[in-house]
Amino acid sequence: MLLVLMLATAVVIVELSDLFAAALLAGIFSLLAAGVYLLMDAVDVSFTEAAVGAGITTVLFLGALSRSADRERQRRVRWRPLFAVTAVGAALAYGALDLPRYGDPLAPIHHHVAPDYIRGTAEDIHVPNIVTAVLASYRGYDTLGETTVIFTAAIGVLMLLASAGQSGQSEARKSTERGGRTMAEQQILRVMVRLLAPFVLLFAFYVQTHGDFGPGGGFQAGVVFATAFVLYGLVFGSEAAQSVFPAALAERLIAVGVLIYAGTGVVTLLLGGGFLDYDLLSAEHGQHYGILAVEAGVGLAVAATMTRIYYAFATLSRAHREADR
Amino acid sequence: MTANPPLVYWLVIAIMMVGLYAVIARDNLVKKVIGLNIVQAAAILLYIAMGKVEGGTPPILIEGRTEVLYSNPVPHVLMLTAIVVGVATTALALSLAVRIQVAYGTSEEDEIVALEQSGL
Repeated sequence: MLLVLMLATAVVIVELSDLFAAALLAGIFSLLAAGVYLLMDAVDVSFTEAAVGAGITTVLFLGALSRSADRERQRRVRWRPLFAVTAVGAALAYGALDLPRYGDPLAPIHHHVAPDYIRGTAEDIHVPNIVTAVLASYRGYDTLGETTVIFTAAIGVLMLLASAGQSGQSEARKSTERGGRTMAEQQILRVMVRLLAPFVLLFAFYVQTHGDFGPGGGFQAGVVFATAFVLYGLVFGSEAAQSVFPAALAERLIAVGVLIYAGTGVVTLLLGGGFLDYDLLSAEHGQHYGILAVEAGVGLAVAATMTRIYYAFATLSRAHREADR
Repeated sequence: MTANPPLVYWLVIAIMMVGLYAVIARDNLVKKVIGLNIVQAAAILLYIAMGKVEGGTPPILIEGRTEVLYSNPVPHVLMLTAIVVGVATTALALSLAVRIQVAYGTSEEDEIVALEQSGL
């Protein structure tokens, strides 16, 4: 069972003192998690986890590790934390005995709001993907909040790393080609990335615009979009990626994305309705237009945030490599 | 013990506890962040597991059919955004770790505490 594999991977990750290996294993852990979500019918979640966990998070860890020690000091098992963790685990396991049976259709969770959403999606929203309908329409306020959290986190990262990365930035520029060359020399990698990048971007647009019919939407599309630039940056150096999608542009697009989302709400306010009340946008397809507009904002904000954070971490590792020489 | 012990939930709890152990017992800051990510994945799993309906299909409406059993879409929506927010906060935690490394020259928590106390 995949969950057992996940547990085994988690134990190995915690035990490894080689942090590089642990970061790579964390990517595999994410991929396993994506498989489990898929088996549990959460296609949208699985899609997101596969793109995020196995792609972007690993790159971020590697970027951070290039600046700190890549080995952890070996240490023995600590008994007090182990005892505390076992006690908490036992308490939770005891509590789990009272949970409804796994997959039980009669569990209370399936009888409160979910049936309304499932019925209402067909009747009021007219899009097939219930997850998208709930995300962008029924619970549009929450999603606006989540988008703002991502925006805030991006600001935090940029402020924290601004001074750390600057130290070697001017020399780093020259060393980009040197640092990137090892990978850029690999003919197979070069050709593959060149061929793949346009299709990854195209797929991102498909996921973005098709999120109301199938699994997908702004969050997934944003991450897939950023993956294309991360892939390109890993092989050709992040400077090359930045010449296509400049960091300054990404910074602005993060704000533009949040603005499009909140702006849709303001437009419906001006039309005389409530905040994010899409029915006023058009008599027949209002909900559909509203969802598309909001998802576009989410996609833009997520893509720009992920790409910009990747640039920040890439600059960090480059500055460090230069300092080593 | 009930007739059917909730094995799925127990496994998820076990994964969560492994992550929690890394957060409490390890001194390395990057390792702590990895541990936090494991705890997060387990929390997401717990929600998704509760949304599963036996014999259900993914919650994407099948046109023309009304008597289809769909899995619960609500946990999916919540966890979908949680994952993306999770990366953003992980990036924030890692940048804090990097800044601490730059300021103190180490990522081991006990060494940082020792440096702090000797400085005062």
